[in-house]
Amino acid sequence: MEEGVVNEILQGPLRDVFDSTQLITDVSGSGNNWAVGHWTYGSTYRDQIVEQVRRAAEHCDCLQCFFLIHSMGGGTGSGLGTYVLKLLEEEFPEVYRIVTSVYPSAEDDVITSPYNSILAMRALTEHADCVLPVENQSLADIVNKIRHMSHSGKGGSIIKKDSTVISSQGGVSGVEKPFDAMNNIVANLLLNITSSARFEGSLNMDLNEIAMNLVPFPRLHYLVPSLTPLYTLADVNIPTRRLDQMFSDAFSKDHQLIRADPKHSLYLACALMVRGNVQVSDLRRNIERLRPTLPFVSWNQEGWKTGLCSVPPVGHTHALLALANNTCVRPTFTELRERFTKLYRKKAHLHHYLQVEGMEQACFTEALTSLSSLIEEYSQLDATKGVCMPEAPRLNIAT
Amino acid sequence: MSVVTVQVGQCGNQVGQEFFSVLCNDSSNAKDKLYKDCSHERFFREGPSQDLTARAILIDMEPKVINQTIAKAAKSGKWRYGDKAHFCQKQGSGNNWANGFSVHGPKYEEVVRDLVRKEVEQCDRLTGIVTMMSLAGGTGSGMGTYITQCLRDAYPHTSILNHVTWPYNTGEVIVQNYNSVLTLSHLYQFSDAILVHENDAVHKICAQLMNIKHISFNDINKVITHHLGSVLQPVYTASSSHYSRNPIGEFMSSLVNHPEYKLLSIRNIPQMSSTSLAYSVFNWPGLLRHLRQMLIANAGMEEGIDWAVRAQSASKSDRGRPTRELGFNRSLANLLILRGKDVSSAETGGFKDPALYVPWLPVESAISSWSSSVPFNGYEKSATLVSNSQSLLRSLNSTVGKAWNMFASRAYTHQYMKFGISEEDFLDSFTVLEQVISSYSQL
Repeated sequence: MEEGVVNEILQGPLRDVFDSTQLITDVSGSGNNWAVGHWTYGSTYRDQIVEQVRRAAEHCDCLQCFFLIHSMGGGTGSGLGTYVLKLLEEEFPEVYRIVTSVYPSAEDDVITSPYNSILAMRALTEHADCVLPVENQSLADIVNKIRHMSHSGKGGSIIKKDSTVISSQGGVSGVEKPFDAMNNIVANLLLNITSSARFEGSLNMDLNEIAMNLVPFPRLHYLVPSLTPLYTLADVNIPTRRLDQMFSDAFSKDHQLIRADPKHSLYLACALMVRGNVQVSDLRRNIERLRPTLPFVSWNQEGWKTGLCSVPPVGHTHALLALANNTCVRPTFTELRERFTKLYRKKAHLHHYLQVEGMEQACFTEALTSLSSLIEEYSQLDATKGVCMPEAPRLNIAT
Repeated sequence: MSVVTVQVGQCGNQVGQEFFSVLCNDSSNAKDKLYKDCSHERFFREGPSQDLTARAILIDMEPKVINQTIAKAAKSGKWRYGDKAHFCQKQGSGNNWANGFSVHGPKYEEVVRDLVRKEVEQCDRLTGIVTMMSLAGGTGSGMGTYITQCLRDAYPHTSILNHVTWPYNTGEVIVQNYNSVLTLSHLYQFSDAILVHENDAVHKICAQLMNIKHISFNDINKVITHHLGSVLQPVYTASSSHYSRNPIGEFMSSLVNHPEYKLLSIRNIPQMSSTSLAYSVFNWPGLLRHLRQMLIANAGMEEGIDWAVRAQSASKSDRGRPTRELGFNRSLANLLILRGKDVSSAETGGFKDPALYVPWLPVESAISSWSSSVPFNGYEKSATLVSNSQSLLRSLNSTVGKAWNMFASRAYTHQYMKFGISEEDFLDSFTVLEQVISSYSQL
């Protein structure tokens, strides 16, 4: 809702990829105010948005999925973004909606980000098919880790130039800007998720399969992503050990794109998308190796969804994307709720929201309730962790 | 004398392509002209310049695999798929059985029937239909089931053999147990026989017998199609002087003697890498002895057989009480297929032992033996045993158990209900399979 970012894209090397009719901008922005983004701009641009989306959809032979990419902490991405999400559900109910949301870290500089995030969460829980949460702090940590490795060059190993998950290898832009490295990680996430749809492989994993296999209950659709390897060493020979290391890393908390520790929480489901020269036996060996170390929910003890794509990402020989539906998102949400409550108790900045037409106090309370019940659902599942659940008695057939 | 193959879904198409490749190679290398002609007639259409076109239909709900499959076949230079023999859509079935069965099946029924009809019309005489699919996914399992139902309606007098791939135990698809349960329970109603290959078992064969270090799906499919080819290539059944003209029909009547028992497993010996093959010599007594013990001890391959397990005849009065001797795999019927040098000297008496079978069927009807003196797929001697036995009981029980456990929490059921499969439908499927498990347990 302000022109700066979009204009920059239009002047950059990607200007030919976007068509001016695909752009909707305004002038003044949303002022980091979810209500302004959602209600004010939502109602103003509703028809235009529907029109443009419809037009783009008509060009498709077969529309399978919408990707919504936004942040939770601001005003436009969060507010107008969730408005668009609701719109997409109304207008295209059969098309999957996969949302990549950048969650604000604790040290976020936008004061009202907890409000914006919680208000947006409700829409995500109710209207998205899958959400891939990403946290700025995790991205920054990964970037630092890679930079550190590049500069220190651990004992003889040298990182192959431009084959890190943060380099825009294969991309078209020139000068690197501040958030570029972190954004590259998210871009790589999206590339890996769509790789099976774009390239051939011996075991394809399409986007609708992700939604099907990783969402056991409609509201629990928050999938924690992790990408490995973060970089490729200059050593061309890839011993099996290194391949196995890639799998192990996918489950370590340093490689998750949100601040969470899935290994110590409960897995509801997990997907592994492998790219490159990896065969089904490598996949099986690693699953068998790692499985005993990961706590899975009682009714999904072998709950793995796997995909093999033959084409690796640019600059790598192989790559792995892990998507986990894991209760480790609960602490993230709980912390977000605490930050929200801190502000809400004091009614800080509330007037900015309530004075927007369409916004009511109820929006806040309902959003809070929605999040609390989501946290409760995750808690109940967590409580079953480690508890030996008896198997459901089988049907008795009269012989 | 022709067989039409219907390949559905990624697995079905990948296996199918490898299948025709094996058939073509085997018959092209055969020195027996009669064998070669019979095989070509059965599985291929011959064009004016002796080019071979497979009698097959390829179906998938997304285009990549079919394009790959067709290209791979064409690249061989020896055979190809028909130009208009495929049907695909764009969006896939999302691993959702309900989507494949209740949405895509009915929606594209006309088109598929048409494709099959056109292929069938090009056969002088249709003697059987083979379908290939996996149990774990959405298209193969869901739409494959629906298509089988349609084919049964359209060709009521033709034998339909469903070849299914059982997924790895440790999961390829999270909802694979649901998809497997739904598929098997429905297929049981209208399929003639369900021939099963388990990925886990085939994987072991690749690892231990073929010595492959990095096993790919290609390797797995080569083993599966070696097995299939050894059953379906020309062979003398009974004591006739010409190759069987109704292989699939005779297959059914040898193995499926009771409608409650339709699950078939397959064992083949010897299996090894081509490098080892060059240095190996075989004799029929050795091969058959191993094969018999593989059956009794329910081993999938000739390594690691438990020789301590013995066949024990169940007395007639034991019927009704499930007997569980330690690891003994009782059979209802067996089909032994021998190919290669000196087949006439092979002594198959070991398989006629009544102790192997259930007491309530005459032994003569329980064992059939086919043979061909033409060596198959590079093996000087090769023996295959297709069994209707308790082999698959453990896997079936495990799959149903896991699916039931998941169903108890109602996990993922909303995904199926979205496309019209209700809780009632699930319960019906579970009931059918519990009955099958019970029937096989009590042998």
